[in-house]
Amino acid sequence: MDRPKTETLSGNQGLRIEEPLIFEQDAPGRCGVDLPETDLADNRLGGVERQDPVGLPGLSEPQVVRHFTRLSQKNYGIDSGFYPLGSCTMKHNPRLNEKMARLQGLGDLHPLQPESTVQGALEMIDTLAHWLKELTGMPAVAMSPAAGAHGELCGIMAIRAALEDRGDPRSRVLVPESAHGTNPATAAACGYSIDSIPADDRGRVDLEAFKSMLGDDVAAIMLTNPNTCGLFENDIIEIADAVHDAGAFFYCDGANFNAIVGRVRPGDLGVDCMHLNLHKTFSTPHGGGGPGSGPTVLSEPLAPFAPLPFVVHGKNGFHLVETIDDPIGGSAKSFGRMKGFHGQMGMFIRSLAYILSHGADGLRQVSGDAVLNANYLLAELSDDLTASFPGPCMHEALFDDRFLKGTGVSTLDFAKAMIDEGFHPMTMYFPLVVSGALLMEPTETESKDALDQYIAVVKGLAAKAKSGNDGPFHEAPVLTPRQRLDETAAARNPVLRWTPPVEEAAE
Amino acid sequence: MRYLPLTGDNRRTMLDSIGVAAVEDLFVDVPKAALLKEAIDLPAHQGELEVEKAFRKMAAKNLNPTDAPCFLGAGAYRHHVPATVDALIQRGEYLTSYTPYQPEISQGTLQYLFEFQTQVALLTGMKVANASLYDGATAAAEAVMMAARVTKRNKAVLCGGLHPHYRETTETMAGFLGLEIDAAAPAPLGDDDLLDRIDEDTACLVVQNPGFFGHVRDLTPLAEACHAKGALLVAVVTEIVSLGALNAPGAMGADIVAAEGQSLGNALSFGGPTVGLFAVRNKHIRQMPGRLCGETTDATGRRGYVLTLSTREQHIRREKATSNICTNSGLCALAFTIHLTLLGEEGFRRLARLNHAKAIELAGKLSDVSGIKVLNETFFNEFTVDLGQAAAPVVEALAGKGILGGIPVSRLHPGQPDLENLLLVAATETNGADDMDALCQALREVL
Repeated sequence: MDRPKTETLSGNQGLRIEEPLIFEQDAPGRCGVDLPETDLADNRLGGVERQDPVGLPGLSEPQVVRHFTRLSQKNYGIDSGFYPLGSCTMKHNPRLNEKMARLQGLGDLHPLQPESTVQGALEMIDTLAHWLKELTGMPAVAMSPAAGAHGELCGIMAIRAALEDRGDPRSRVLVPESAHGTNPATAAACGYSIDSIPADDRGRVDLEAFKSMLGDDVAAIMLTNPNTCGLFENDIIEIADAVHDAGAFFYCDGANFNAIVGRVRPGDLGVDCMHLNLHKTFSTPHGGGGPGSGPTVLSEPLAPFAPLPFVVHGKNGFHLVETIDDPIGGSAKSFGRMKGFHGQMGMFIRSLAYILSHGADGLRQVSGDAVLNANYLLAELSDDLTASFPGPCMHEALFDDRFLKGTGVSTLDFAKAMIDEGFHPMTMYFPLVVSGALLMEPTETESKDALDQYIAVVKGLAAKAKSGNDGPFHEAPVLTPRQRLDETAAARNPVLRWTPPVEEAAE
Repeated sequence: MRYLPLTGDNRRTMLDSIGVAAVEDLFVDVPKAALLKEAIDLPAHQGELEVEKAFRKMAAKNLNPTDAPCFLGAGAYRHHVPATVDALIQRGEYLTSYTPYQPEISQGTLQYLFEFQTQVALLTGMKVANASLYDGATAAAEAVMMAARVTKRNKAVLCGGLHPHYRETTETMAGFLGLEIDAAAPAPLGDDDLLDRIDEDTACLVVQNPGFFGHVRDLTPLAEACHAKGALLVAVVTEIVSLGALNAPGAMGADIVAAEGQSLGNALSFGGPTVGLFAVRNKHIRQMPGRLCGETTDATGRRGYVLTLSTREQHIRREKATSNICTNSGLCALAFTIHLTLLGEEGFRRLARLNHAKAIELAGKLSDVSGIKVLNETFFNEFTVDLGQAAAPVVEALAGKGILGGIPVSRLHPGQPDLENLLLVAATETNGADDMDALCQALREVL
């Protein structure tokens, strides 16, 4: 794993090319877009004209293309290779979906066109909504949330609105300690205090502890299922019953819906609401951190509280309900609006293209293959790594760092060594309920060959770590555009933007 | 199924390795009663061709604004996006990567985020910008919550020119956190008096510029009034191109800028996804919501970038985080950054001037249509006209002629008789004189 020693004159190394910031490539007056000059002698800006230059750099089109092409080559994507990032569902992103999102008549629609001119768009939203309701076995879906965490917000807001409507707002939300950080953050953003539910030694909710925490001040439980250990909460129906007996609601975090799509409907498990990350289960691209989309399915008691807007079937076709007192389908109980316009239409289109491509049969195969792939990793790696819980698992396999004990190699080191081997690392140190977690989610779009290569590398690295050869692990990765970055220094002295070099600024 | 690589043979071999007979045996933890025996009753898989046909059929039922004369704005603007933008954002290394938690193999994403943050800070005249939020409306709501944290006060004053979706989104969030919202009435003349509303309990004043009705205002006196009472000024911008012609909010004393970035690089896409911009003064950075990218060095001393100050965020701080946001608008931010890089100083200023000139031209032509009165003295690329009759039916009649002639104010401010005759119209670089003449001709026929 030695770093190539070849020094070059340019500082570049073959395809690894250094690329300065756009601000360091500026030539005043240069421009990558041809636009006419306009004489604005008589402007209507009311004396609020810009006084100073913005400070944007001037680049030509070929420079811009090269800049962003070079930057892209410093990134790892699903297109580049295996991306077993647990909890994130990094599956293949079909290009048909991209093409559909850009169709004229869909991608270029203005959100406030007259309803008569967007019947096809509303039909598209309604069709996707229908699939999502059928797949989850739930009667209603709020389409507007912009991402998973926004969907959580939608669900907890609907719950709070429903509780307030019956004059009983309550004050606490129960969240398992294995939950995503967004769960407690969401409940707090809705004015709730959070109590953490312990896990039992099977990696699931400690049922007795949970029941003892319930009371008439509990508004909801937020439970991920399958949970973040990659396990199905097999007491889920008992949990749901206990929640409902206590007069509370059951929020299910749908981040891991990929494991059960087409096989289990959350509506049959007693769930009151659940967000669906369209960028996970339904394969809209993660895009380096978004955009996402988080439609949230709702039970009968929560449906009247759904946020605005939503699509209904009117007399003259589809109708978008934008106000609570809309004569066609308005709900006075709606908790209001969560974002501008109607939701992440571009993501709806991609998801529906994905769903129509797979069909009901293909989606069932998706969860089957996703779970099969994860169990294959669990079975093949259990002798070399330490599995945190016995199988079968669902769509992801969880290991912890007991196999590294005494080797001097940490989970972080191990993951970084995977990078030099050409893989994106697994999720590290999450969930928090096991020591030094390594969470692997292969998804259904990996071939057996890809899994076998990955398994061989993980086994090989485990053997290397156990052999006492820990040195290279601490330095890894060395074959990347950058080696380990100093995150402490970045936080201690934050440099969050480019500023001109001092000598230029003084001019 | 074309996306699934496992063969029947593969599956059998893998089941053998695991030591079970069938895939169903892996679902043993699911309560039996809840396990579906077969696929749900919806259509089966389809080839690319069939799927594409289904979408083209739906698209054909819509009037597409690319071909139609279109004067719609109100927070979403039709601009020309250079072909380069879409070609670059579809590179798989950008499109199919996750949030850059592994910086060694995410320098591409991290460097453009650093460039994006710098561009947003420059445009808004602020010190620091984050790596994006969902959209302008949620950015405004986050700004109000941040102002409440910073000032430890409980009330936000919203101007009458705030986009109704921004107001409603803010009211929703504030309602759940127990914050008080004092929203001024809609001000179609841009003359709402806000100074009297700011007091010792005010966390912030939220002012949109240009306002929803199109008016441009100097924020300086408002900033001074806020600061005199210890409140923050939150400036909202729904048309980011305006900042090529208008003074930056930061230069007029704004403390937080919450903006919509759709106009640069991003398709209208029926209103989403877009990109929320969020910028602040330096002293407030640790109270910011959302991700931040920062510069650092690697083990060999070379410059590189990482996500930083994450102790503000939900994955570290859980219920004590500044926001629950996780996924933001990464790829939309990239589109924004590429478009703005192509424009540069010269192009961005030209684009802004061109938009303003188009709006002046349109206002002139509309003034010549009898029965129409332009309400605005000032505007950037959007203004309000009084049609002398209800605007919504007029817009429908225009649509019948294939023209997207504006947005009736009543759609966003429903139930207010004094606003019923008002129409919001926008013009951008995409509107030629022929578009404008077609609109005026159609209005003469309809009115």
